[in-house]
Amino acid sequence: MVSTVVTLSGVTLQNPVIPASGTFGFGYEFAQWYDINCLGAISIKGTTREARFGNPTPRIAETSSGMLNAVGLQNPGIDKVLTEELPRLRHIYYKPILANISGFSLDEYVTCCAKADASPHTDLIEVNVSCPNVHHGGMSFGTDPHMVYDVTRAVKQVCKKPVYIKLSPNVTDIVSIAKACEEGGADGLSLINTLMGMRIDVKKRAPILRNTTGGLSGPAIFPVALRMVWQVYEAVDLPIIGMGGIQSAQDVIEMMMAGATAVQVGAANLVNPYACQEIIRDLPDCMERLGIQNLKEIIGGAH
Amino acid sequence: MKRGVFTIETNQELAPATFRMTLTGDTTEITTPGQFVNVALMGRFLRRPISVCDWGEGRLTIIYKVVGQGTDQMSKLVPGERLDILTGLGNGYDLEKAGDRPLLIGGGAGIPPLYALAKHLLAQGKHPQAILGFNRGEECFLAQEFQALGVPVTVATADGSLGVKGFVTDAMPGEGYTYLYTCGPAAMLRAVDGKAVTGGQFSFEERMGCGFGACMGCTCKTKYGSKRICREGPVLEREEIIW
Repeated sequence: MVSTVVTLSGVTLQNPVIPASGTFGFGYEFAQWYDINCLGAISIKGTTREARFGNPTPRIAETSSGMLNAVGLQNPGIDKVLTEELPRLRHIYYKPILANISGFSLDEYVTCCAKADASPHTDLIEVNVSCPNVHHGGMSFGTDPHMVYDVTRAVKQVCKKPVYIKLSPNVTDIVSIAKACEEGGADGLSLINTLMGMRIDVKKRAPILRNTTGGLSGPAIFPVALRMVWQVYEAVDLPIIGMGGIQSAQDVIEMMMAGATAVQVGAANLVNPYACQEIIRDLPDCMERLGIQNLKEIIGGAH
Repeated sequence: MKRGVFTIETNQELAPATFRMTLTGDTTEITTPGQFVNVALMGRFLRRPISVCDWGEGRLTIIYKVVGQGTDQMSKLVPGERLDILTGLGNGYDLEKAGDRPLLIGGGAGIPPLYALAKHLLAQGKHPQAILGFNRGEECFLAQEFQALGVPVTVATADGSLGVKGFVTDAMPGEGYTYLYTCGPAAMLRAVDGKAVTGGQFSFEERMGCGFGACMGCTCKTKYGSKRICREGPVLEREEIIW
């Protein structure tokens, strides 16, 4: 019998598979497809202080082996998430929840993280400093080592639960950003968010997305994500949640060998609602085939 | 909602760039006209959302327009090939509001879901009438099928090559119907709204990620808050639409 259990800063996951923020709503859409308690944890839809409609449509464009999204952090606001969405999710789901928090100012990050930390429904705070689809916020915090340090430090001061910073790949040197998080006191890192891209409708001679640019996800970005997890694992001493284009049990193992303690599955959920369930189902067989008894043993195992 | 494997029975061109595909598979999750299915295609990352034209026990009919590489690939599939399809998606038309003489207005690729709607309305003893709009007469499809059901049909073509010259709104009566059901391009829906004299239900199209409410890719604003075209839609009530 193989063991798939992993631990993120004291939070135990029965398996390393977490649906990624923004691809899983607040869970209940997927509870109609399968029992979501098979998941290692859930990272909920990115949340801000105020309710947000998000960007105008079209928000979605297809690409080779992936997709672009420019949803723009549509969410009902932190108070409603904590008092309505999470209690509703807790009726059907009892495994760990990662509260994914985004913001447009240092103050907003601090306020929202403190609230999320105080909720009885959350287990870990994932701070999104890397949303590419909003202006004057999100990614601008995650592309400057000084700003990401400030956000990390400020958020850590108001949180008792583990704080993971979700990093943007849209930087020249992700290692310097990761180090800034470590110096700021982060408990762990999530990487990568989507890569900025765009498509043009050649008949209309105009961008497909109303936001012009969007975030690329899907298997197209898996090698980029893997490389960044590898580099960050070498440079910092923090647990990593690896993500970017994972769609099979073997991808999970590959990402863990690069240095991830757990993984998130994003775009795959949108094309196959059973993606996470199938990956979790396939994981033990894949481990046995590769002679892995305990998943924890392979974290960073390719270094 | 259900994921199932369907087998293609036929896949034929009905009109230029417009194809009818009939399939066999599990249709138990399809409950109302106006719902859609989401079709996975080999080598394409996202599924293709296509409205349901007709369904019965174990059989499904969709009519789709070739608008890009994905639908072009679909048009080349042959009988016997199998497709991974999500069924029972979206909130279809509510038949309860029809009254005795509902008016069905469809434009181009928006026409197919109205066919199943007409069948269901007839089964309830209602007397639907249909207005179908096309750019040119040669693009006309389904008109005969509506007539075969016993539904009076008016065809409108923008170039006047068939039926009434002009848009569906030029063929729209000022009175004499009890409710309105419509599906078509956004500009047509808005024009229909401008001429409508009753309540109605309008079916919208949007680029989608998942098709089942997870990604927030197709959200629109309504008078009653944000709604997902794939989940609370594609059918919206006339009074809630913000044009």
